[in-house]
Amino acid sequence: MSPHSSAPDQTGQDRTIHQPIRPARHPGRWVAIAFVVLLVAMFVNTLITNPRFEWPVVAQYFTSGTILLGVQRTLELTAIAMLSGVGLGVVLAVMRLSPNPVLSSASWLFVWFFRGSPLLVQLLLWYNLSALFPDISLGIPFTGVEFIKIDANVLITPYLAALLGLGLNEAAYSAEIIRAGIISIDHGQTEAAQSIGMSRGRLLRRVVLPQAMRVIIPPLGNDTINMLKMSALVSIIAVPELLFAAQTIYSRTFETIPLLLVAVIWYLIVVSVLSAIQYYIERYYARGASRNLPLTPLQALRKFFGIRFGARPSTAR
Amino acid sequence: MSVESKETSPRIMVQATGVRKSFGPLEVLKGIDLALPHGEVMCLLGQSGSGKSTFLRCINHLERIDFGRIRVDGDLIGYNEKNGYLREMHEHEIARQRIHIGMVFQHFNLFPHMTALQNVIEGPIGVKREKRDEVRERAVAILERVGLADKLDAYPRQLSGGQQQRVAIARALAMRPKLILFDEPTSALDPELVSDVLDVMRDLAESGMTMIVVTHEIAFAREVADRVVFMADGEIVEQGRPGEVLGNPKHPQTQAFLAKVLV
Ligand SMILES: Nc1ncnc2c1ncn2[C@@H]1O[C@H](COP(=O)(O)OP(=O)(O)OP(=O)(O)O)[C@@H](O)[C@H]1O
Ligand SMILES: [Mg+2]
Repeated sequence: MSPHSSAPDQTGQDRTIHQPIRPARHPGRWVAIAFVVLLVAMFVNTLITNPRFEWPVVAQYFTSGTILLGVQRTLELTAIAMLSGVGLGVVLAVMRLSPNPVLSSASWLFVWFFRGSPLLVQLLLWYNLSALFPDISLGIPFTGVEFIKIDANVLITPYLAALLGLGLNEAAYSAEIIRAGIISIDHGQTEAAQSIGMSRGRLLRRVVLPQAMRVIIPPLGNDTINMLKMSALVSIIAVPELLFAAQTIYSRTFETIPLLLVAVIWYLIVVSVLSAIQYYIERYYARGASRNLPLTPLQALRKFFGIRFGARPSTAR
Repeated sequence: MSVESKETSPRIMVQATGVRKSFGPLEVLKGIDLALPHGEVMCLLGQSGSGKSTFLRCINHLERIDFGRIRVDGDLIGYNEKNGYLREMHEHEIARQRIHIGMVFQHFNLFPHMTALQNVIEGPIGVKREKRDEVRERAVAILERVGLADKLDAYPRQLSGGQQQRVAIARALAMRPKLILFDEPTSALDPELVSDVLDVMRDLAESGMTMIVVTHEIAFAREVADRVVFMADGEIVEQGRPGEVLGNPKHPQTQAFLAKVLV
């Protein structure tokens, strides 16, 4: 460009007005990109060249029976703990919001205890429950009348202890999430529902919770992913989930790193699938929240290519 | 059912006697008495803060009253009378009374996760347990009547304010109420959308629906109302035919209010 190019011409107009606008230059960005590319290259390089990763061993155990069973256990634990935890969480949230001070304090106390103490300690407590209550019985309180009496050692298996620990912990966390969702809904919704004669239960089910879902789902998705990973903690009370399965194998073969890698890769796979599911659940509860639903990744792709290749003119019959 | 509602010659739809209500130390309603016969339209006017909304909300027990009685079609609202004292009803009994009393809010309060049609059928199907097919047919007819035949499957956020308010009116109508309460139904609307909503309300009034309308639309009150009630500081200071109250106000508060609104 000549130094005179932007000088006003005879009509007094700036001639640059006809030039396309160019984006600003960001030399710093290129430095950052080069740095990141370098780091990634170094990392990939070790992954490939360091023989102690023992990728063949990883491949060998990746789909072995013990590991797959561990994956199944982990999924089971996560699913049951989340479902029961969230179910109880709804009850706790409603109790907490109830005008009855006894109910709301009871809920507060529950959350206080289960959110306030470490999960690992809770798991150990459940696991050792028989030391506190040798027998567990069903009967009429304070009368000595008992219908069923079971040895706590028999009733509280490691698996049940794990479910109690994970589920009750999740209940405490999700109670707060759900309560936040419920109070985020405009009170006008409640009044409108009451004005057509809705009962409290129906109001909650049909009006408040479906709308609160938009606020509830993202943190609950977060909780689910957390739960998946926290379920590894129950390996300490000998529940044969994914980490425990990996540990059983490497305690025999001493291939510690490859088996831990197997576990990590499985966790990452499951988390990725869960994230995708969460995306679709969020999309479902977004209906009515904005003027248009966001496209699914698939629809977005199709739209992109549809425009690129002019796939189907919209007027075609 | 009460004795007094039977002997008056025009049946009384809403009867309020000595209604008083306080929020903490603030007395918002200071003894409201009024009677509205079946099929009539009453417009409630008054300064902001005079207690219009509060009184309206007492009629379907969204607010509880401290003293007095409100009867709708002879039924005492919100309380059971036994041996001379009142006891507040259970939630489900109040819900049953509200079925007969429609309400339209200033901010529409449609259910945003339901389409227009779903909003309208929710009450009849979910609360009154009517048959889905019948309700659907009726709901479509009502939405047609309010001019929204082409918006059945639209979500509230895809509708203009005036359209939303007409869906809200349809939602109230679908319950086949005896009475509809309107709390400033056009105050949140852009001026050009107001007339669509008022047209629907005028049409309702002509079809014989009993209505109580809190509004600042003096022209609407003059044309449609059978009686106009003017409230100030929690009391009714003037009421009568719209011609009398709006054309020749007696009370200084009414005169001041109308002077301000009618410029
Ligand atoms: N829930 C509440 N708690 C405390 N005070 C309230 C409550 N609701 C209303 N009030 C007060 O009661 C008075 C009457 O309110 P109300 O909403 O009935 O007035 P209004 O006549 O409808 O006014 P507007 O025309 O502005 O809607 C006001 O002073 C208001 O601040
Ligand atoms: Mg008001």
